[in-house]
Amino acid sequence: MTTDLENGISRRTFLKGVGGLAFCVAVGTDSIRLMSQAQAAAMANAFVTPWVRIAPDGAVTILTAGAEMGQGSMTSLPLIVAEEMDADWDKVRLEWAPADPAVYGYKNPFGTEQLMWIVGSRAVQLYYTPLRLAGAQVRKVLIANAAQKWGVDPAALKTEPGFVVNPANGQRLSYGEIAAFGEIPAQLPAVDANELKARKDFRLIGKQVARRDLPAKVNGTAQYAMDVKLPDMVYASTLHSPVHDATPRIWDSVQPNTPAAEPESWNDAEVKRMKGVIAVVKLPNGLAVVADSFEHARAGHNALKATWKKGKAAGFDSERALEDYVRIHADPNAKGVTLESKGEVKAAFTGAAKTYQAEFRSDYGYHAQMEPLNAVVRINDAGDRVEVWEGTQAPDDSRKAVALALGLKVEQVLINQCYMGGGFGRRSLGDYAAECALVAKEVRRPVKLIWTREEDLAQGMFRPQSFQCVEAATDSSGKVIGWKHCVVGDGEFLLQTGIKIPYYGVPNQFIERRGVSHGVKLKHWRAVGHVFNVFAIESMVDRMAADQGMDPIEFRFEKMGASPKARKVFEALAQMSDYKAPRPAGRAVGISITERSNSLGAGAVEVSLDRATGRIRVHKVWVAVDGGIIVQPEQAQHNVESAIIYGLSSVLHERVTIKDGKVQQSNFHDYNLMRMSDLPEAMHVKFVDVDTRPTGLGEIGNPFIAPAIANAVFRLTGKRLEHLPFTPDRVLATLKA
Amino acid sequence: MASFVLNGKPVTVPADPQSTLLWTLRDDLGLTGTKYGCGAALCGACTVHVDGRAVRACATPLSAVEGKKVTTIEGLSPDSSHPLQKAWIAQAVPQCGYCQSGQLMKAAELLATNTRPSRTEIVRHMDGNICRCGTYHRIIAAIEQAAKEL
Repeated sequence: MTTDLENGISRRTFLKGVGGLAFCVAVGTDSIRLMSQAQAAAMANAFVTPWVRIAPDGAVTILTAGAEMGQGSMTSLPLIVAEEMDADWDKVRLEWAPADPAVYGYKNPFGTEQLMWIVGSRAVQLYYTPLRLAGAQVRKVLIANAAQKWGVDPAALKTEPGFVVNPANGQRLSYGEIAAFGEIPAQLPAVDANELKARKDFRLIGKQVARRDLPAKVNGTAQYAMDVKLPDMVYASTLHSPVHDATPRIWDSVQPNTPAAEPESWNDAEVKRMKGVIAVVKLPNGLAVVADSFEHARAGHNALKATWKKGKAAGFDSERALEDYVRIHADPNAKGVTLESKGEVKAAFTGAAKTYQAEFRSDYGYHAQMEPLNAVVRINDAGDRVEVWEGTQAPDDSRKAVALALGLKVEQVLINQCYMGGGFGRRSLGDYAAECALVAKEVRRPVKLIWTREEDLAQGMFRPQSFQCVEAATDSSGKVIGWKHCVVGDGEFLLQTGIKIPYYGVPNQFIERRGVSHGVKLKHWRAVGHVFNVFAIESMVDRMAADQGMDPIEFRFEKMGASPKARKVFEALAQMSDYKAPRPAGRAVGISITERSNSLGAGAVEVSLDRATGRIRVHKVWVAVDGGIIVQPEQAQHNVESAIIYGLSSVLHERVTIKDGKVQQSNFHDYNLMRMSDLPEAMHVKFVDVDTRPTGLGEIGNPFIAPAIANAVFRLTGKRLEHLPFTPDRVLATLKA
Repeated sequence: MASFVLNGKPVTVPADPQSTLLWTLRDDLGLTGTKYGCGAALCGACTVHVDGRAVRACATPLSAVEGKKVTTIEGLSPDSSHPLQKAWIAQAVPQCGYCQSGQLMKAAELLATNTRPSRTEIVRHMDGNICRCGTYHRIIAAIEQAAKEL
């Protein structure tokens, strides 16, 4: 990975300086489309970096838009290009794509604009086809050049990794040799989808290929923004109002530092006198202590005594709010947003043979990415060029946020992508980069801004808490004919992910969300709403199955109208987990299913329970996933395993509570993350073999965990856990109830 | 001033004796493989060796390493050839990678005294090091694999 820290803006390659063959990307299409160098150079925005470069020495450089937080898409995306161009993977080098979504982005599946957000498990599924087409175009150009040189019909030629081959006479030209003489036509040859490789011909996709970031991650050389050091750099640490003051859609905002809960007064002189402290910078929503070292900045941060303008969350109590949600649900006049409405729900419930109702609650969750939020910013003396070093899931939005904060155009801001020490949805907002830019502008020096872990936790942003009511109606045969689901809480869109049940064929459905805004900072969080919505849905399904005395999978097939795709993953799950087989004494298996990012996963857990302490132990986990064609099988498996652990950790341990508008937890002693000793004895992940396009895998392993555990605990105890997380005290209370 | 042996070489840093080892390593000595995770000895991302024992650099004052031998991830091997590093790659352990320097150093402490650790011994030894990506099972597998090489 090339990361030229010192050269910053000049790192971008001017097109005329590129040797060999350079394939650029067209601007303004709705996905990656290659163009010739000549075309790109003729464009108004000639500051374009070629997507694929082939050097005469055979080195192939492919840009990657796959921001890397451990999920592997930094490697997967260029691998897809290399597959179709038949590149020799050992000769492929990767570089980060610049943060320019018009050139390097994908079309937002929920909108019209182009984005580079690596969120919602989108990278491989959204870039897959355009990158295959691009790779095939490169291959076609290489073949055409070889054909011309040899004076043969291009249709007669083939490729092997890194070579064009003439099967008739055994002649070979390496891609590097072609790059030395070859030309790219002004108009690139079109490639039709049916010219792409057949799956059986894949050499890279679906094979064991090592991730490119691994070597640097075992010897300390992987570069996170935390590790960037610039000449003359100073350190900053920010303090924000402990009482949150968020706008209702802060997770969507490219102006996340819109004035909020401003500091009113603080012990400025006292902190400025502290050792190493250079400045105390007032921000629209906080105070940054700037010092000659991070430790001095942090000491200043810890010594700050500030009063703040009243935040919107003043007086907010998260536990009390959950009970307010119950009232909002009961209020016939409360405003709601309908998410699904089909059939005749009222009639289904009126005419039902039996109806069911259950309520569920869930607490706030914190990302707890291991690398606290940080960024490095350098502004040139003229104040018209800004360089940012950040590990970001959304380099395009960071660029916008920084530009807006400084009153510049996005073209004046260069983002240098770094590895992320975890993202999980928190690193797709440029708030801390924009904050760092404001500090750098004020002190006129390069700044590394680091949120302390305590600040990172105090400020969130969080997965919202929720209250849910699920109702279901069955007919005389036990079939589910009516379904009502209402989720109540703060967070609008964040509340509703995963609430729909397209994998079930219930004819009459009404699904809604009702909301309030507390001023608490909320954000996407590894599958966010799925965590609590799937918990409620699959707990209710299991309740009905148990009530009817049916096997939980057979109930879903026979009474819930499970879709063919759902049946397939359940069948795979049944086979791999042998879930009907007797378990050791004191253990039981729970089943559930979740959709996420167009993937579908059916999962099972085997648990036991210490009835004296209320501690749940998860012994085994199985999950069968339909994720389409799997591009990197090993990495895909790791993604799902990672999400299982993330799910277990959040379901069994993690809880943020807020009192008087302030987060009560402060570090990993009171925000408990799963440790190695909680690891299940075995985790089994299986991908069902399908021939459909890849779908998202980074989050599919997470949401099924909560209901699977709750359903297993019901089988052990006859009691249903209905409040996430399942902390021991809650489990004990449920057992006693 | 503080003097100690860092990855086999004597160093003297004009650092504040109140400074912690973590930030001295990272910002004064340029060894950024050791990470800041919690700053309170709760997560293990900053684990280094002092005279062969794994310590939390974020909670180790510089004065505590005076005259001692400090080994960081950069000094675990010159070329990623430590059996643990090789096993870490073979098992594809790292995901985000941020905690892995600390995991490796903590694991190296174990293998230095116990070349055939049981799974229970591994878990007991490693339990203080958090991995948010959930690579725990691969860490166990990698330690078991590395142990076979010793």
